[in-house]
Amino acid sequence: MGRWASVPPASAGPFQNLGMKTKDPGGDAGFSQDTGVKSPWDSIFKWFTFLMAMSVIALIFLVGYELFKSSRLSISKFGWRFLVSSDWDPVAEQFGALPFIFGTLVSSLIALIIAVPLSIGTALYLTELAPVWVRAPLAFLVQLLSAVPSVILGLWGIFVMVPWLRENLFPWLRSAFGFSPLFQGPIYGVSILAGGIIIAIMILPIITSVSREIIRSVPGLQREAAYALGATRWEVTRIAVLSYAKKGLFGAVILGLGRALGETMAVTMVIGNRPEIAKSLFAPGYTLASVVANEFAEATTEIYLHALFEIGLVLLGVTVLVNALAQLLLRAFGGSGVKA
Amino acid sequence: MESASHHSYRKGKNVLMQLVTLACALLTIIPLFLIFFHLLRSGFGSLNLAFFTHLPRPVGEPGGGMANAIVGTLVLLGLATVLGVPFGVFGGVYLAEYASRRVAWIIRFTADILNGVPSIIWGMAVYALVVLRMKGFSVLAGGIVLGMMMIPMVLRTTEEVLLLVPSGYREAALALGISRWRTVCSIIVRTALKAIVTGLLLSLARVAGETAPLLFTAFGNSVWSHHLSDPIAALPLQIFTFAIAPYDDWHRQAWAGALVLLLMITLINIVVRLLTRDRFAK
Repeated sequence: MGRWASVPPASAGPFQNLGMKTKDPGGDAGFSQDTGVKSPWDSIFKWFTFLMAMSVIALIFLVGYELFKSSRLSISKFGWRFLVSSDWDPVAEQFGALPFIFGTLVSSLIALIIAVPLSIGTALYLTELAPVWVRAPLAFLVQLLSAVPSVILGLWGIFVMVPWLRENLFPWLRSAFGFSPLFQGPIYGVSILAGGIIIAIMILPIITSVSREIIRSVPGLQREAAYALGATRWEVTRIAVLSYAKKGLFGAVILGLGRALGETMAVTMVIGNRPEIAKSLFAPGYTLASVVANEFAEATTEIYLHALFEIGLVLLGVTVLVNALAQLLLRAFGGSGVKA
Repeated sequence: MESASHHSYRKGKNVLMQLVTLACALLTIIPLFLIFFHLLRSGFGSLNLAFFTHLPRPVGEPGGGMANAIVGTLVLLGLATVLGVPFGVFGGVYLAEYASRRVAWIIRFTADILNGVPSIIWGMAVYALVVLRMKGFSVLAGGIVLGMMMIPMVLRTTEEVLLLVPSGYREAALALGISRWRTVCSIIVRTALKAIVTGLLLSLARVAGETAPLLFTAFGNSVWSHHLSDPIAALPLQIFTFAIAPYDDWHRQAWAGALVLLLMITLINIVVRLLTRDRFAK
């Protein structure tokens, strides 16, 4: 059984930095099941820890079941129409999630477009290209950014970022790219674009730190081979590191997408919260997570509450699928999965 | 033979890409500096003794503080630790010490997916599970939701650090005639204890700033809460409420609250960093 039968190699996950650098010197020790002195507590303790570990399996089913149970009125009344209808009218008791699905997808897409190049560039800088003394402090700063709570980022977004976008960036974008419908129309500041930018800031640290782990796990021989051929540092990075780590980096991006889809507080505070499907990125939008955050406490009728629960169920389904995909990609790359 | 111009092209590209990635790194951490700068500038002026000792005042009355929200956050974190950590730590022990490869894979995979479930979803589930049954928002519901969110994080970090304990320790303990469960509890977990606590602190830092799951579990209030079945205030909730309200006084309080919250979280992160500096955990 597991640890006692054969010792798996020490995990090389992102927690090497928890202060325990010791590698397993013993290798496969080959205990049989019966080694050691017997005590009746052995099996009790083992089953106790088993139950504790099973709690995570129980939790995911519990969460899914509670959401499903609490949205059944809405599911039976609207059926699949819920996903494609854009009516959201609590007074008339008509509910369709399309504007929120649209807002979630568009804001997450904007976030990925901004965050992916930046975070992979940062990860490359941290692992391959930066002077060694810069690496640890810079990595710590990235870790600190990931520790900033969503609500604080939202506060900063409302009072600092949105006014700046309204006065500076958005007018400039409109004059430079106004030929495209994406950058036309009135500027309020709060907008789907502002939401996308704030999500980008939220997911930058996670994509960076996971990419950094991936790039670090690229074998040194890969690099040495490229250096031996006379490659420059960047060529080594491109040929030996990037192409090797492609799949893992894709996993990191998908993991970031999973976080982006479910980001709640900061987005709610800057996206404008209007259930519309607008062409312009300057127009306010609404996401699945933010409609729940805003309207849940004031949902007065039962069907309204059930519709909001169904929105949660949709969000849960999508994020579980996206995260599962990300974890499979990361595991296929050879890591033991990434928690961060 | 490589021509000299091609060679300098390649070297130039090398320098260019170093600069590009440096620019990426700077752009990534600029928001961090901007946030700290604005928090200090807008929040520091509103921090005073009253902020830590007084209850929030109604609109229009200047002054007041967030004493109840600060205490509320600490209470919720304490409750979450009590409720969530046993599952996480002992579950991690099972993964590292007993689980077969396949079972370990499934549990690990599930825990990683749970870590990606949006926090607002946890809030909704606990609303259906606890708030509806208890017929009201409560301290207990808030503690349960944060505790649940801690389980997968603590479980994964515990497992990882236990796997780093050399297997020679296990062999030596068993050879001395110590039973297996005592070996696990007194030798292996003891050896990794500091690293386990570090992982625990990191997960506390993560849930300390959570707002979305508390919106409809702890709910928030502006008085002291005396029972587990009362609603309770929390710093992130209070920041949110004050930030989206249209009053300047409240905005100042929100900045001050955000500064306090971020300092708390940064402090935990710095402690973690100091703890992990040592090569080996005792």
